[in-house]
Amino acid sequence: MRKTKISNKIIFISLTFLTLLLYWYGKEIANYFDSKWLVKYPKHYSFPFAIYTTTFVKWLINEANFLLFTFNDLTRFFAWIIEQPYKIVLAIFSKGILRGQGQDAIQIIEPLSWISVVGIFFTLALYTKDKFLIILVVLSIVYLAVFDQWQSSMITLSSIIIAVPIGVILGILFGILSYKSKILEKIITPILDLMQTVPVFAYLVPILVMFGFGPVSALIATIIYAMPPMVRTTLLALNNIDPQLKESGLMSGCTERQLMWKVLIPVSKPTLLIGVNQVIMLSLNMVIIASMIGAGGLGYDVLASLRRLDIGGGIESGIAIVVIAIALDRLSQSFANLPTLSKKTQLTFYNKYKKIIFLLSYIISIYILGYFFTFFKFFPKELMINTSLFWEELVKYININYFDNLESFKITLLTFFMLPIKKFFLGIPWPWFIFVLTIIGWYFGKFKLALLCLVMSIFIVTTGLWEKAMITLYLCGSSVIIASIIGIPLGVWAGLNDRANKILTAFIDTLQTLPSFVYLIPVVMLFRVGDFTAMIAVILYALAPAVRYTAHGVRNINSQIIEAALISGCSQRQLLFKIKLPLALPEILLGINQTIMLALSMLVITALVGTRDLGQEVYIGLTKADIGRGLVAGLCVAFISIIADRIIKAGSNKLKNKYGIK
Amino acid sequence: MHKSPKLVCKNVWKLYGDKPKEFLQSHNYNPDKRIIEENGYIQAIRNATLEVYENEILVIMGLSGSGKSTLVRCMSRLVDPTVGEIFFENIDMGKLTKNELIEIRRHKMGMVFQHFALFPHRTVIENIAFPLEVQGINRTEREKSAMEIIDLVGLQGRENYFPKELSGGQQQRVGIGRSLAVKPELWFLDEPFSALDPLIRKEMQNEFLKIQNSLKKTIIFITHDFDEAIKLADRIIIMNEGRIVQIGSPEDLIMKPADDYVKEFTEDLPRERLLSVKSIMNNQKQPSNSLTVYEDEKIFSILEKVLSEGSVSVIDRSNNIVGSLNRETVSRFINN
Repeated sequence: MRKTKISNKIIFISLTFLTLLLYWYGKEIANYFDSKWLVKYPKHYSFPFAIYTTTFVKWLINEANFLLFTFNDLTRFFAWIIEQPYKIVLAIFSKGILRGQGQDAIQIIEPLSWISVVGIFFTLALYTKDKFLIILVVLSIVYLAVFDQWQSSMITLSSIIIAVPIGVILGILFGILSYKSKILEKIITPILDLMQTVPVFAYLVPILVMFGFGPVSALIATIIYAMPPMVRTTLLALNNIDPQLKESGLMSGCTERQLMWKVLIPVSKPTLLIGVNQVIMLSLNMVIIASMIGAGGLGYDVLASLRRLDIGGGIESGIAIVVIAIALDRLSQSFANLPTLSKKTQLTFYNKYKKIIFLLSYIISIYILGYFFTFFKFFPKELMINTSLFWEELVKYININYFDNLESFKITLLTFFMLPIKKFFLGIPWPWFIFVLTIIGWYFGKFKLALLCLVMSIFIVTTGLWEKAMITLYLCGSSVIIASIIGIPLGVWAGLNDRANKILTAFIDTLQTLPSFVYLIPVVMLFRVGDFTAMIAVILYALAPAVRYTAHGVRNINSQIIEAALISGCSQRQLLFKIKLPLALPEILLGINQTIMLALSMLVITALVGTRDLGQEVYIGLTKADIGRGLVAGLCVAFISIIADRIIKAGSNKLKNKYGIK
Repeated sequence: MHKSPKLVCKNVWKLYGDKPKEFLQSHNYNPDKRIIEENGYIQAIRNATLEVYENEILVIMGLSGSGKSTLVRCMSRLVDPTVGEIFFENIDMGKLTKNELIEIRRHKMGMVFQHFALFPHRTVIENIAFPLEVQGINRTEREKSAMEIIDLVGLQGRENYFPKELSGGQQQRVGIGRSLAVKPELWFLDEPFSALDPLIRKEMQNEFLKIQNSLKKTIIFITHDFDEAIKLADRIIIMNEGRIVQIGSPEDLIMKPADDYVKEFTEDLPRERLLSVKSIMNNQKQPSNSLTVYEDEKIFSILEKVLSEGSVSVIDRSNNIVGSLNRETVSRFINN
């Protein structure tokens, strides 16, 4: 035992040493042997995955035929199914019912007025019986009217109202299927892995090509993006049900269907609702991105203002998205936590549906009042507040007064922190990098993980995207390092101090509700474009899990262990460094893992501010509508995150096993 | 007394692992435990053969991992045995179709679980009425039956509570009620009282006996608590490492333990409180003494009599002399 430990250490030290050596002298060595391929993978050896993918997708769309119908018919059919409910919801919230086309259209029935929408959300919030929440939700909706974001907000809301139920239902169905059949689970799980790791931009183009530019495509992209956690949650919930509960259902004489719908699904309801919350948040996260392929609404407003460099407008619409996100998040969370346990009494029809009856009569009376007073129809223009000028002035002010400070901060970090890391990743010869990665895989996960690392990294090399992948690694690495340096101490603090925990949790919850795109807006304004800007945005977006997991790890140590340490005479400091931190380490690792995952997903979005990594490649694929290029680069990003994920999780599990904690 | 078997298990095996059936076949349906383990299988039940008689309480006793839960799950076919046959009322359980099995569970079987396994989203009455609900019985009718059961298990006034609002003992009453809702003939109880506090456990045991006295079900009761087994059982099956070690009445187990494993269980028991006179008396019928004791009296209740008198006659309930008991035998028994 001892011996293997020592030899492991020797291997580790020599590997590090060799890596550093190759980093300093790699180029010289390659030149000496006259083998430049060591440092730079030769272009003519790269395999044209991109072209093949493009050809395949084109074949699918233009020629694929399933006897009775073509692939194209199939996609049209799906699009049609999604379009119908979307049209109805859009009519209710935004357009009303029109007769005629385009300019000549006459509105027969008006959409819901802003007052009615406030009423709907008020009623929803009433069910939670949480006064604070009711106020929050109502204020949020009123905000949208007062700050002149109503039209766009309702379009965005309509797409959420469609995307979320479809995502939830499909998610539950796939979850049930993979619960019922081990084979299906084995097929679905890796697909989910890819769906969650391939950046959204990469599959926007294929969707665009298959379903055309427009809100339906945007909805489909949103559903694909938001559904995976629902599948996982469903599967997890079903698998975690006490087997005795299932047996008691069977012994009560349930058929298989009764068992699923009368026992298993209702029992998992609390967990499933957490999944619903996630689907809502991810759908909101897609609002801006989906507008690239035709979603209107707030997302489009943000994108358009960014393109016109209209700083104020961008911030205004961005804040509106955030407001919707926070309201929907809190609302769905409290539905998930709703205490179902209370004494039931037989309710009459009226008592049971009192709130809904009130709401309906409220909406009808508002509708009638709308004929007489426009106030009930539209929020009066004179009362609206426009903040875009304010934001513009603010940014101007900061840039004029603090430009030098910001700039020197940026340059210091760039030269002394980011550039060395960049040089490191770009300097190491790729064969050595793959070799070390495979060994790491072997150390943590034996043959299987080693093979995974080897195959995936070789894929990246052969696509010819190695250099860009290294830039992705460097950006991701530097962001994660800084996020950890900030996040872990904060997490420890939150873990030790209840007050800190409360404040930080509230802060982080809010950070996590913000759609990823929103982070870009202020950062671009302060630091303009470039790697540094990207890094700051990534850090902001990816900080949360580092804090959250650390706090959780520090907090959840068995209290008897703490007592034992205190009895042994530990000081608070010793308690932290000798007991709490080592025991929290597996959890902290998982937090860093999540941070890496978020960082990678954010990196693709930061391609918009001019990074030269895989994200940029994906983005080029999107702008040039080059299906293959985007997908292949997207796959590379996915592989990087899968490798990182598997290695860190294996490491965390290894530690947990060592300590015997679960 | 004629005893008809309600349920019969014949050479039931349950192995966990890859293709266990083929493995058993290739080893002549009798592989060594060592061979089973060397081949990476886990032996859950090893060649179990037993009969359950009508209206008896059969207790299956064993430590955790002894296979008792698996055996019961094979009987109800929650788990399919690897090989072996199980007959319930002369029906081969292994040959039932899915629907036939559901029908049997809907009308003839009930099961109580260690951790209650109540449906948290349903009230007490909805839990108890659940087996009726899945049969498609309408609401008024099933709630009427459920109310009767609620009375039986002593939960009046709690019918609209959710399980979370009840104490452990009350929760298990719901579990018992639910298992009785279909008026089952075969009643499985899988360690029903293990999760309860000792005092509540005792109360529930008594209540259980009371219910059984009025309902007369055929009961298969699992426990790891030997005291509980002795208290409730007509017969006890002792299991160890998947094997049935001994089947017999509580007295059989104490007086004639099949091996050291059973002996260890019985050693520390207050035997004079558990055994009856019959199990230690001499069969010689001595001339009638003035003092008599009944053969089915527990030893501790006649101790004083025998020790002071020196010798007593043993009679059965029809007052025939069936044997005798003297001071030496009794003191040997106590000092043993």
